Amino acid sequence: MQHAIVIENLSHCFNSRYALKDLSYEVRQGEIFALLGPNGAGKTTTIRLINGLYTPTAGSISVFSMDSVRHGSQIRQQTGVLTETSALYERLTARENLRFFGRLYGMPESLLLKRTDEILEFFALKNRADERVGVYSKGMKQRLALARAFLTHPRILFLDEPTSSLDPESTQQVHELIESISRQDENTVFLCTHHLEEAERLADRVAILHSGRLLALGSMDELKRQFNHGIWVEVELLQPMESTSSISLMRGVVNAQIEGRKIRVQVAEEAVIPALVAQLVAQKAQVMSVKPQQVSLEDIYFKLQADVREGVA
Amino acid sequence: MNWKSIFTIARKDIKEASQNKAVWLPIVIVPAIFVLIMPAALILGFSTAATAIENPMSDPDFAMFLDRMPAFMTELIRGLDERQSAIMLLLGYLFAPFFLIMPLMFSTVIAAESFAGERERKTIEALLYTPATDAELFTGKVLAGFIPAVLITLVSFAAYTIVLNAMAYPRMGRLWFPLPSWYPLVLWISPAISLLGIAFTVLISVKTQTFMGAYQTSGSLVLVVLALLAGQATGVIYLSVLVGLLIGMVLLVIDAVLMYFAVRIFNRDKLLVTSG
Repeated sequence: MQHAIVIENLSHCFNSRYALKDLSYEVRQGEIFALLGPNGAGKTTTIRLINGLYTPTAGSISVFSMDSVRHGSQIRQQTGVLTETSALYERLTARENLRFFGRLYGMPESLLLKRTDEILEFFALKNRADERVGVYSKGMKQRLALARAFLTHPRILFLDEPTSSLDPESTQQVHELIESISRQDENTVFLCTHHLEEAERLADRVAILHSGRLLALGSMDELKRQFNHGIWVEVELLQPMESTSSISLMRGVVNAQIEGRKIRVQVAEEAVIPALVAQLVAQKAQVMSVKPQQVSLEDIYFKLQADVREGVA
Repeated sequence: MNWKSIFTIARKDIKEASQNKAVWLPIVIVPAIFVLIMPAALILGFSTAATAIENPMSDPDFAMFLDRMPAFMTELIRGLDERQSAIMLLLGYLFAPFFLIMPLMFSTVIAAESFAGERERKTIEALLYTPATDAELFTGKVLAGFIPAVLITLVSFAAYTIVLNAMAYPRMGRLWFPLPSWYPLVLWISPAISLLGIAFTVLISVKTQTFMGAYQTSGSLVLVVLALLAGQATGVIYLSVLVGLLIGMVLLVIDAVLMYFAVRIFNRDKLLVTSG
């Protein structure tokens, strides 16, 4: 698979304080890549560096084999960025905002007119396209800022908190749009979000940052394997068990706890679950239900952030 | 340099500025006062002055000014009566520096809106993510201040010419304005001083985060023009054609130096760091 972005040994300082420290990773062409981390982790700085707005203190970034420092303008020609704040011209209308940015991207006037109408329609702004943006609601401004980022059909779309201040319907719509951009057009989406479920739902791969350092990188499956030793299984019984000692001795069982009529068992892999059920039945336990607990991105994220705070990671 | 991008930026900035009352109000009011109201009132006053006391030519300070006048100015008023001389010297000579205050004010107010205002409203980041280079962004924003400042000054000059000739015609009996020294003033010094205002505002905008802050600080440049005004009134300096050309030249050299520093500080790295 081709790489859209290659980051090598990237560090960036502001007044001798490291905002990013020695990062190396690639973003593949056509994937949805999510960058997660608390405020100040370095997410926005990363987007600015990739787009050539900053010169890295050390290391290098290439976008479609173009160096971010030397070819910033050419790189930005192929990217669209939804900034953290909507950054719209509030004294201009929505249509004037889009046409201004379209012209700066060199879009031919006829195409720009057509595309502006299409995108205003898509984001349900066409009826109010000729009103000044200053009178828009927060949600409308966010939709317009998204429209601006999508306007030029960018090959890489950077989205910094794309669904903040959107209602559930619009959020759903944006999620579908992000998926379609990536799946159909083979375009790359670089997503910075605080919504972990959003990243889990949309992203092919996830990177977790903390204070400019990369804590984890991989697909959801890879992260689960890397950071969660085993799967938790919740077994509900008709009668409470007195002891889990026979379960704990089973091959593949890492941990077992009694919680009233339930037992929670941590197994090394899914294949252990049938043997666990068989063992319980053999012990005359009356099994009502067996629920393997899926590890969420949220579990991994908070575990990593806690590890950092405790000095483990 | 992509000139289409440059003019797109300039057009957008002018449009935004035109919708800000704090920008367009002084652009309308100041020329209205200097170009229409004051000249009309003065001509009417001189034309209808009944006594010598009301006549400015009999004022002792003015008499001193007349004594010190260089030959080219004495030549201007040769053969004119007292009232005609007063109109010519006041409106054709002493009023000239107002036509430097106007371009300076127009260029600084629009530049403050364009450079500091954009950062104040946090719209600069979206602009920096476009393919426009730093040089194109800078040039577009400079033109956004420069073009309206020069155009409005020229329009004001045309209006001033009409007002002076039309209202003073009964007293002067001929079309007497513009005087030769006005051509270098309007076509040479005025663009140079517009650039001075813009370059100064760009430099100030790095430290001053708000439109109003940048505009007020750059307003101190008016002192340069006031010095010229005072110099003329006290007879220290006389704005002849040659002096006008020299002043324009000096201003352009200062512009070049200030623009050099302005260009150096106007880059994405610094703009984003200082805008937080």
